[in-house]
Amino acid sequence: MTISVNGKPTLIETPRTTVTDILVLHNVRSPEVVSVQLNGDFLEHRNFASTYLDDGDEVEILYFMSGGERG
Amino acid sequence: MTEEQTVRYSRQILLEGVGRVGQEKLLSSRVLLIGAGGLGAPLALYLVAAGVGTLGIADSERLDLSNLQRQVLFTTDDIGRPKAEAARAKLKRLNPDVEIEIHSERVTAENVMTTIRDYHFIVDATDNLSTKFLINDACVLSARPFSHGGLLRFEGQAMTYVPGAACYRCIHGSPPPKAAVPSSSEVGVLGAVAGMLGSIQAAEALKYLLGIGDLLTNRVLTLNALTMEQRMVRTKRNLHCAVCGSHRSIRSPGERGQVGRRWPDTRST
Repeated sequence: MTISVNGKPTLIETPRTTVTDILVLHNVRSPEVVSVQLNGDFLEHRNFASTYLDDGDEVEILYFMSGGERG
Repeated sequence: MTEEQTVRYSRQILLEGVGRVGQEKLLSSRVLLIGAGGLGAPLALYLVAAGVGTLGIADSERLDLSNLQRQVLFTTDDIGRPKAEAARAKLKRLNPDVEIEIHSERVTAENVMTTIRDYHFIVDATDNLSTKFLINDACVLSARPFSHGGLLRFEGQAMTYVPGAACYRCIHGSPPPKAAVPSSSEVGVLGAVAGMLGSIQAAEALKYLLGIGDLLTNRVLTLNALTMEQRMVRTKRNLHCAVCGSHRSIRSPGERGQVGRRWPDTRST
């Protein structure tokens, strides 16, 4: 199947691929450092490992970014 | 507007959607900048140069030598000075038209609502996620628009909230454990990237005040300076959002809301 990850078409050949698998593929070192939108919807972290992807799904990985100054 | 102001702002008065009416709007606007650092320095410079009438600056720190690599508002002789005060001195020299209001106390759950109350637009230029969530919650609860900016190494992200649009919590849920997300003091940041993102936030604030263009609402802009690739992530309101959802559990800033963050022990394949 082909899904979109961060706007780029990605061919997935492993069956039953989860959001967690995609994060591993993208070298996300811990799921705590990102938020994931699946087809535009916010996905709870606790559901990453149990959410299987379908052909045409759109996954967007957004890192938590701090930066700036204390305020 | 005085004759001098007409000349000072002439290049933006020329712009479609600005004009003299838009310039008057800016001159009567009040913006609060929270964090006078890597994002805050270019933000303050552009907002003050553009003639935003009143700029509030909330920052409780003193300038350190290691700040100067990216905090381009300051100079070497400011080291050791409170940043909000040093910023005011610099900004008054840039544009004496502008009123600068200093908030030298750290922004906390206790004071955030009163700090933001008198401003039309809030800019989050802070360096830590707990304050970012605090600013989001305070702005959502008091129906104030704000701009979010974040940095990580060579990357940055920005989004804008206006009442009714997706908020920061709709996109990020709840703060991750403190140790999970590195700060710029741990992993570094390129000053120019802070400048890019701070400039984007300044443009968003000015667009909001002028009522022109399309804001970064219901979308997050991410920018990678190493590849120069931009990504626009479409977002929408999360019905289960703890602060703006239909069953919100956060009723005042600083509350944790419903936290559902957990990394499962096993990974299904």
